[in-house]
Amino acid sequence: MNEEQQIVVDFLTGKTGKSKFYFNDFLPLFPGKGPRDVKKILTSLVNAEKLEFWSSGSTTMYGLKGAGKPDTDA
Amino acid sequence: MAKHATPKLDQLESGPWPSFVSDIKWEAENRAKNADKVNYQIPVDCPADLLGVLELSYNDGETHWKHGGIVGVFGYGGGVIGRYCDQPQAFPGVAHFHTVRVNQPAAKYYSSEFLRQICDLWDMRGSGLTNMHGSTGDIVLLGTQTAQLEEIFFELTHKYNTDLGGSGSNLRTPESCLGTSRCEYACYDTQDVCYQLTLDYQDELHRPAFPYKFKFKFDGCPNGCVAAIARSDFSVIGTWKDDIKIDQAAVKGYVGGEFAPNAGAHSGRDWGKFDIQAEVVDLCPTKCMKWDGSKLSINNRECTRCMHCINTMPRALHIGDERGASILVGAKAPVLDGAQMGSLLVPFIEVNQPYDEIKEVIEKIWDWWMEDGKNRERLGETIRRLSFQRLLEVTEIAPQAVHVKEPRHNPYIFWKEEEVPGGFDRDIEAYRTRHQR
Repeated sequence: MNEEQQIVVDFLTGKTGKSKFYFNDFLPLFPGKGPRDVKKILTSLVNAEKLEFWSSGSTTMYGLKGAGKPDTDA
Repeated sequence: MAKHATPKLDQLESGPWPSFVSDIKWEAENRAKNADKVNYQIPVDCPADLLGVLELSYNDGETHWKHGGIVGVFGYGGGVIGRYCDQPQAFPGVAHFHTVRVNQPAAKYYSSEFLRQICDLWDMRGSGLTNMHGSTGDIVLLGTQTAQLEEIFFELTHKYNTDLGGSGSNLRTPESCLGTSRCEYACYDTQDVCYQLTLDYQDELHRPAFPYKFKFKFDGCPNGCVAAIARSDFSVIGTWKDDIKIDQAAVKGYVGGEFAPNAGAHSGRDWGKFDIQAEVVDLCPTKCMKWDGSKLSINNRECTRCMHCINTMPRALHIGDERGASILVGAKAPVLDGAQMGSLLVPFIEVNQPYDEIKEVIEKIWDWWMEDGKNRERLGETIRRLSFQRLLEVTEIAPQAVHVKEPRHNPYIFWKEEEVPGGFDRDIEAYRTRHQR
């Protein structure tokens, strides 16, 4: 994992009580970078199976893979 | 014998309209018989349990669905909408009931072979129930289970040469009207630009990074067959710069009864003799037309492209030759903050491959909205919050009179300090020498 990916993972592991975050929540982690660059970091983490998407259908959030309530508790 | 008694749903079938309840019952029976010997990959009684859970919701007065989840296919942040039943023991057939959105072909031109393939796939790996089409235009496949999603995705992309559509905080599946393929009013090739932008913006379609949904729609003319002006954050609507072309002989043909107005579309009853004054000239919203008994004239500068005269007399009137599109932004449905129609941003833009001019406007808007838009805020709401003036600044479009909705309503021109000689600081003493207190 590179330094930028580690910043995202550290941010997520440091949070308690919340497991899913909006894309905008990650922008302050990289003050010098625009949204498109931050998106690339998050996409690389999704592709590496460190992060996963959570979608309500209308809105999408990011979280650590497996974090939070299990999804298949139907 | 139905699996669940559904007296309340049965009542819905008694009305005058075709009923979704009858359709689901038909599918439930069809799956139980399985005449085609389909190797069902999800429970055969999925449609029967769907009726059961719906009846329970009607009895309880509350939903038994849980929406949302991490369901999806690997690497995609959209295209699948998770749904679970909160009474899975009673209704195991709909324990999972995920929706899959499939990108429809441009302007919805299908081959019957493709439709059969989609239906066969959904009979085998889903509930067999579809919604053709969702409001954004996608093929909506209703009801499957998590284990089927990657299989469905593989078949769609590898065998049927299509893709998932958009959902979540993504670019949603772009949509276009028939355009130049069949319509003489089309001012540009809507299908081509829709297809090209779908390819160019794959990342935005499948990997969510927007504050909320974002929709493109492409209407070939202001008739708006895909209602871009009302339903899309970025509407591209065909228009022309020069004059409406008039064939005076054909106008006389309509007046004399030789041609049916509206191409005969309203011929179901006797409306009497065609009256060009009452049915066309007087209905012009800007009163820019005149009929003197032998000649129709149009003051084209005042035309707002309502299309009524052209629709009524298509043989006599035709769109101009200098064709392109207008871009409007910010339309949305009334979920938050009320419904909004699009606001005019670019009065005229040429629509030519590779569509770089349009993409430049799109990307400037995205850069701004991604940075300054709040979570779950549509572009139209960001514009209302931060002003249309700000949008003009970020898109580097000079304010024009056509941007103003009405006098004093939305003045977009505000002086900035750097634009004023000497700035905003004044020598008050010098001022007082000229102006008494």
